[in-house]
Amino acid sequence: MDQRMAKRPPESLFHLVTDAWTKPFWDAAAEGRLAIPRCADCGAFRMPPTPFCPHCRSQGLDWVAVSGRGTLYSYSVVERAIVPDMAQAVPYVTAVVELPDAGGVRLITNIVDAQIGDLTVGAPVRAVFDRRADGVAVPRFVLDDAAP
Amino acid sequence: MTIRDRTAIVGLGATPYYKRGRSAPQTLDELVGKAIIAAAADAGLEVTDIDGFAYFAGGFDTGALVETLGIPEVRYTATLTGSGGGSAGAVGLAASAIVSGMADVVVCVGGVQQSTLRYGAMPTSYAPSPESAFYQSAGLVGPGHMFALLARRHMHLYGTTREHFAEVALSTRANAMTHPAALIRKPLTLDEYMAAPLIADPHCLFDFCLESDGAVAVILTSAERARDLKRKPVYVHASAHGGAGEWGRSLYWMNMPDETFASSGHAAVAKRLYAASDVGPGGIDVAQIYDHFTSQVIMQLEDYGFCGKGEGGPFVASGAIRFDGGSLPVNTDGGQLSGGYIWGMSHIREAVEQLRGCAANQVPGAEFALVTGGPSNIPVSGLILRR
Repeated sequence: MDQRMAKRPPESLFHLVTDAWTKPFWDAAAEGRLAIPRCADCGAFRMPPTPFCPHCRSQGLDWVAVSGRGTLYSYSVVERAIVPDMAQAVPYVTAVVELPDAGGVRLITNIVDAQIGDLTVGAPVRAVFDRRADGVAVPRFVLDDAAP
Repeated sequence: MTIRDRTAIVGLGATPYYKRGRSAPQTLDELVGKAIIAAAADAGLEVTDIDGFAYFAGGFDTGALVETLGIPEVRYTATLTGSGGGSAGAVGLAASAIVSGMADVVVCVGGVQQSTLRYGAMPTSYAPSPESAFYQSAGLVGPGHMFALLARRHMHLYGTTREHFAEVALSTRANAMTHPAALIRKPLTLDEYMAAPLIADPHCLFDFCLESDGAVAVILTSAERARDLKRKPVYVHASAHGGAGEWGRSLYWMNMPDETFASSGHAAVAKRLYAASDVGPGGIDVAQIYDHFTSQVIMQLEDYGFCGKGEGGPFVASGAIRFDGGSLPVNTDGGQLSGGYIWGMSHIREAVEQLRGCAANQVPGAEFALVTGGPSNIPVSGLILRR
């Protein structure tokens, strides 16, 4: 079994840029909350936040604080530094996490602080927040050992 | 109105395929110009006969090409939107321009020089955006990271294995070994594949395409004019591009419905392509399937109906895509995995050579060839050529 711990992708490769639609997601993350946009008219969740609901074209939006519990939908172990900035960061785990209490929308994220050999598709996960020196907080996930 | 068999590829030109960086000191525009000049000579046309340009993925500066090559008048210049998904579809753009009377002699050209960014890490060169924050924050740096997530899901849903991915790499390498234009012509065994370093698990080094330099151009004209030219016409039988809305930005989005997530995104295009064609999957004699990643060849084989959904792994494991004895020889030139990565253009080249009957690994009597563009964000594209 692969006992290596999953690291984190390098901060230097991510510079946060927001617009009026995406800013509430990152503002919530900075406060340690996972907030997902839901159409104010038809109730459909969507990610990422965009100017129109793809189901009803409404521009009305509610930001719903969700539990942060999710399911590991798919993942990959990044082993090779394909740009120099990644050299100290591998291995890290990229992941798609499905959020059952947000209508099953998915986040592109990372699994952190986990043994790589413990990862399986379908595993329960929960959100944690990586706070950076520049004030940006990035939602990531850990394996949720407490889940039933 | 249909474009079926009303235009033909009459000229084919290519530079050598170079390993990454080895085309220096030639510029990319120079490689592109050489491919166009060679395609015109192959067709028995003058470069100055060209009056249309069709590209994909940003294309090239038509004004600069015209100035450089001395083309007297441009009547059509267009680029299919998106990225590498449009390589096969650009031929459809050219055909539609000719059928509609907007141009007479249209060149489709594509080329790459991968001297700086490694492993396709192009997204690192894009300016950060509100949308890209949602994948760049997770360290998805190159397409290999994105397609690995689709591959893992396919393995989970259908039991696809690394041995299945390996068969794509091994069969493609076998084709490269007997093709003079291929860059990698040394044997590859299953043991070597399994021992190769993982890049983005479940993808190892041999699941990734090569990094190369080169350019390929094809020249199209009407079927009537084609019959008077030097080369046997290769007819544009059917072309489709686009994709289902639920595929959308796909790799950069990851919210496709479950049945579409572990796919190549080509299913909707494949359906329209066959509907516009005289043949279905059973009538395709040879297929040039965009192979940036082995797993995506398997998913395209499913989306184009050569096997059922989820059956792509066992399908390739049966030997079906082998040149030697397979029911559907795939990437007979060694593909992008072993031949050369020319962003989908080498697939068009190989299909033309198969239908001219002059391919290095000739499928006897090949009449219909399928070419696909890269699984990517919309548009993806497909093309059926006939002799």
